[in-house]
Amino acid sequence: MPKKREKTIDIKTVRYIAHLARIELEPKELEILSDQLKKIIEFIDQLKKLAVEDVPPTSHILPLKNVYREDILSGSLPQDKVLKCAPQKKDNFFVVPKIIE
Amino acid sequence: MELNRLSARELLKLLDEGSIKIDDVVLALKERINRIDHRINAYVRKEKDLSLSAHQSGLLQGLPIAVKDNICTEGLNTECCSRILEGFIPPYDATVIKKLKENGASIFPLKTNMDEFAFGSSCENSCFGPSHNPWNQEYVCGGSSGGSAAAVAADEAIFALGTDTGGSIRQPASFCGVVGLKPTYGRVSRFGLIAFASSLDVIGPITKDVYDCALLLNIICGYDPYDSTSVNIEVTDFTKGLSQDIKGLKIALPKEYFIEGVDKEVKEAIRDAIEVFKKLGASFQEVSLPHTEYAVAVYYIVATAEASSNLARFDGVQYGLRIRPKEQKESALLDMYKKTRGKGFGQEAKRRIILGTFALAHGYYEAYYLRAQKVRTLIKEDFDNVFKEFDCILTPTSPTPAFKIGEKIKDPLKMYLSDIFTISANLAGIPAISIPCGFTKKGLPIGLQLLAKPFREDILLRVAYNYEQNTVWHKMKPKL
Repeated sequence: MPKKREKTIDIKTVRYIAHLARIELEPKELEILSDQLKKIIEFIDQLKKLAVEDVPPTSHILPLKNVYREDILSGSLPQDKVLKCAPQKKDNFFVVPKIIE
Repeated sequence: MELNRLSARELLKLLDEGSIKIDDVVLALKERINRIDHRINAYVRKEKDLSLSAHQSGLLQGLPIAVKDNICTEGLNTECCSRILEGFIPPYDATVIKKLKENGASIFPLKTNMDEFAFGSSCENSCFGPSHNPWNQEYVCGGSSGGSAAAVAADEAIFALGTDTGGSIRQPASFCGVVGLKPTYGRVSRFGLIAFASSLDVIGPITKDVYDCALLLNIICGYDPYDSTSVNIEVTDFTKGLSQDIKGLKIALPKEYFIEGVDKEVKEAIRDAIEVFKKLGASFQEVSLPHTEYAVAVYYIVATAEASSNLARFDGVQYGLRIRPKEQKESALLDMYKKTRGKGFGQEAKRRIILGTFALAHGYYEAYYLRAQKVRTLIKEDFDNVFKEFDCILTPTSPTPAFKIGEKIKDPLKMYLSDIFTISANLAGIPAISIPCGFTKKGLPIGLQLLAKPFREDILLRVAYNYEQNTVWHKMKPKL
């Protein structure tokens, strides 16, 4: 875990974030990305110039409130059609590597 | 007559008269693609079967439409130009595709090139290689809907669908000299669009002229129970009222869009266009959108945060690529996720997912994501204020014409800044259109952008149509 409110983004942080994002990075990639992300974050830090304490965050850009629908059954795709693009399947299921050893 | 060069409106007239058949149109397009697309690369997976049997029926009489590779088409590969979606054939049609088919369109069997998952401004982030600008093949066609814009500009398509999250319809339209409309957020259903940033994404038309743009918008817009963000309001016929004049129309010129760094020839072209609008009876006044300078920073937090969440679904389980690790490091499942995503995503996708994950991570969320959403509110309020007094806003679509392939690809921040004039419309949810307004001395197209308040696409289309009727830019064709 990085320290709270760490100011910059370094290789250690990027390695940790990549783990959270479930992305494996080559050592070279990690280096380049850290460099680029550092510059991007520095650019984004200009937002800190603005006083926004009293500004409400945008939650939805249009005045839309909760959208409900009637609780009635509608059609769904047939299983065989949905499973067609699965990298690995068995019967009516997606197959994944062993989760519990 | 080369039918592929005509607009949809012109072709529909000939089809209605019976002087041509839809098969003639399809053949003309196929010949054009076979002859020039190796130089443009507007379409991907060209090794696939090109067979298309168009039926002449409905409003669109069978006219083929080119579709961006991130919009689901039943039975046709839809891969977002990413390795991770290799081989994905959607089991259903996106709502826009369903509506187009219901109105007699044929879906062109080849999809158009794009930056991977729409991450980019130049089409260079495609796993199929970049598309080239039809006006000069050393230059980018823009992005991310670059293939769609290049196909329309090169007469390899009659019209096309693109998607716009930060300018991805308007910027390539401006680079290629065609018309591109980003509708109001919620105007067009996104059901079946492979999501990038859900609070920003919209689907819209890329066409040869403004009339075709209105025609396509008529078909694709409207409420859809499958997309709870689509808005249930009355839809007017956008082709009606196009030729109504613009006398007395009040157009705002935001000073933040006419700054240093805007290309000299772009400035001149916009200045000339303003004179045309004045002759047509519109009045202009300088205004300020004071938070414009923060738009790019806000965007690259909000859009990447949403992307990191949306792209979590690509994990090698349900579709696309799966890579089995040779040796086990953590758990077998975790290793599979990491390998698949590490190899399946391109550089820009990884960069954005990691940036977005960072912005949402514990300890950073408040400093980045929350702050960005607050500044977004300020950007939206800037527009609300201007639209109290003005009918629309006019700006350049992009600060520069198309840049060279390779020029910005190594510097992500430089690339991000090329969207500086298009991003705000997505953050504010408002509609915006890019139309051709001139050429540089080197012969590259220049585009102007018009923005209006939510759901007033009718104003944009009318203003654009009036301009088009009094200029020749939309009639120019690249030599290919």
